[in-house]
Amino acid sequence: MTKARIDARFTALKAQNRAAFIAYIMAGDPDLEQSFEILSGLPAAGADLIELGFPFSDPMAEGVPIQKAALRSLAARTTLHKTLDLVRRFRTGDQATPIILMGYLNPLMTYGFEAFATDAAEAGVDGCIIVDCPPEEADPLADALDASGVALIRLTAPTTDDARLKVVARRTSGFVYYVSVAGVTGAKSADVGSVAPAVVRVRAATGLPVAVGFGIKTPEGAAAVARVADAAVVGSALVEEIAFALAAHEGVASKVLVKASRLADAVHAARLADSAV
Amino acid sequence: MVNATSPPNNWDSYPDSNGRFGDYGGRYVAETLMPLVLDLDQAYAAAKADPAFHAELGGYMTHYVGRPSPLYFAERLTQYFGGARIYFKRDELNHTGAHKINNCMGQILLAMRMGKTRIIAETGAGQHGVATATVCARFGLPCVVYMGATDVERQKPNVFRMNLLGAEVRPVTSGAGTLKDAMNEAMRDWVTNVEDTYYLIGTAAGPHPYPAMVRDFQSVIGIEARAQMLEMEGRLPDAVVACIGGGSNAIGLFHPFLADESVRLIGVEAAGHGIPTGAHAASLTGGRPGVLHGNKTYLLQDDDGQIIDAHSISAGLDYPGIGPEHAFLHDVGRATYVSSTDEEALDAFRLCAELEGIIPALEPAHAVARVGEIARELGPDGIVLMNMCGRGDKDIFTVAEHLGRRL
Repeated sequence: MTKARIDARFTALKAQNRAAFIAYIMAGDPDLEQSFEILSGLPAAGADLIELGFPFSDPMAEGVPIQKAALRSLAARTTLHKTLDLVRRFRTGDQATPIILMGYLNPLMTYGFEAFATDAAEAGVDGCIIVDCPPEEADPLADALDASGVALIRLTAPTTDDARLKVVARRTSGFVYYVSVAGVTGAKSADVGSVAPAVVRVRAATGLPVAVGFGIKTPEGAAAVARVADAAVVGSALVEEIAFALAAHEGVASKVLVKASRLADAVHAARLADSAV
Repeated sequence: MVNATSPPNNWDSYPDSNGRFGDYGGRYVAETLMPLVLDLDQAYAAAKADPAFHAELGGYMTHYVGRPSPLYFAERLTQYFGGARIYFKRDELNHTGAHKINNCMGQILLAMRMGKTRIIAETGAGQHGVATATVCARFGLPCVVYMGATDVERQKPNVFRMNLLGAEVRPVTSGAGTLKDAMNEAMRDWVTNVEDTYYLIGTAAGPHPYPAMVRDFQSVIGIEARAQMLEMEGRLPDAVVACIGGGSNAIGLFHPFLADESVRLIGVEAAGHGIPTGAHAASLTGGRPGVLHGNKTYLLQDDDGQIIDAHSISAGLDYPGIGPEHAFLHDVGRATYVSSTDEEALDAFRLCAELEGIIPALEPAHAVARVGEIARELGPDGIVLMNMCGRGDKDIFTVAEHLGRRL
């Protein structure tokens, strides 16, 4: 399985001329039980792939919403081991939805790259996005993940020029994550006018599907991205629903899943609306 | 590969082209920042090879910073401890009162060469923030300093100083509100303002080329001290001592002595309430290797790889990591690393003030606290050199509070 699950999902979506909706949540936010409830509800809410964050004490690329999600998760004593348990539990009910772990390098280094890669593959993890591990530093991790068939998904940014794209494309698989704004997660809004040519450029350089994230907050924004990219990723706007639900003493999972399905519907209808016009 | 038992013989070959000091260092940053870090590497290499850059920097070092700083024989402390002759390298006499300005002057000239128009920095004790605000005022560049909210509270004089110099101080409330959180927030600013902003890192840590660049700019300390010692004593010291948070003053002092095999290099970490209590900032003594803030180095961390908040009475040492070159020197055994507790530093602070008429910053007070035993171990024929890297005016409120006095 593993990489194959990502490839199969993008192939199927392409055949339907649909972009993927990728939902990001943080493992253990606000606690393991409720995040399992969210996780297991996401496919029915329309998530085609799931990015599952694992917490780090110093999330340098995150804006306030995901910083707070990490703090809630750490307060609930979430670890990388427990994050893998969550995936294992998810896989007993869902064999088709790819799960990508997203986070920072130090917890992986502590776990040990080989042990992590083996355990992640066994748990049903399909890929990893490690924010602070650029290609120049990635070989030891890439060796371990390759041996277990887990994809190492690379980030590209507005600052990544053509020469550097070749470096980024090396040893990557699954899809490429295009960071649509220079900034932290959930702060600026993506400008679709500049995203469209960037997606074309990244797709040409890597030959892989391109997912766009970091600046998508609304169904409208997600739909706009879905018209030009292979996937739209939403994270901060979803984890903010957790904060809102906690503040209002409302059901956390239902609030997040309602938001997720609105975003998913917008992504899935985006190209239909296009062809209808 | 470097064998842990046999130190290399060419210390100047570190870091390698990937920014590695043995296994440590590197460039662990988000992709958005990677092109900027590579750019900086090239720009610094070009500046380093340009005699005009060195001439310009040298001019400011002499006429603005006030270098060379004196080498001072601490006669009464020497008598008090009854051992080796104790010398202070007086970097607390620099403009702005600490060694931090050496690095800031170098980096601000580089930032201007690169055409950057906005400067950001992180600060713990506020000394680096003050030094950054100072050079920004001098060259007319806007300056934003990130400072943990806890540190803003305990270093009020420096916050006011930065404001007077025209800098905006942004308190950081995430985490424990200390230096590591300020550094996270500065990285977030940098990744958001990639076009115009130069991140002026204050310690010999972060992604390559920062650890090497900060070391180079701070090496003026060791280069001067080595020459001054040869002039005053006709020989090299037996031991060289400096306090360590991130480690910029220590690496600046140590580096020019690395090839002098007879010279022992001793770094003093902050043991806070004591290493066994867990409330300390001694990453080499109490941590293990990991990745934070762009480099691989020793870190205080838990079993899951979460970074643990450091503790030290000294805001400038209150950091859970250490520069990667120190991690390397530790592993190969070229330098040894010891620690002093908050209480030991406070005692040394008072001792130094009373015997030498020098009020040290709480940071070098940690080094003073270990100098006595090193001097006694070396005996009366020995020479020990310590970097007095900052003055203690900023710390009088903290110290007064610990002595139960109200100012």
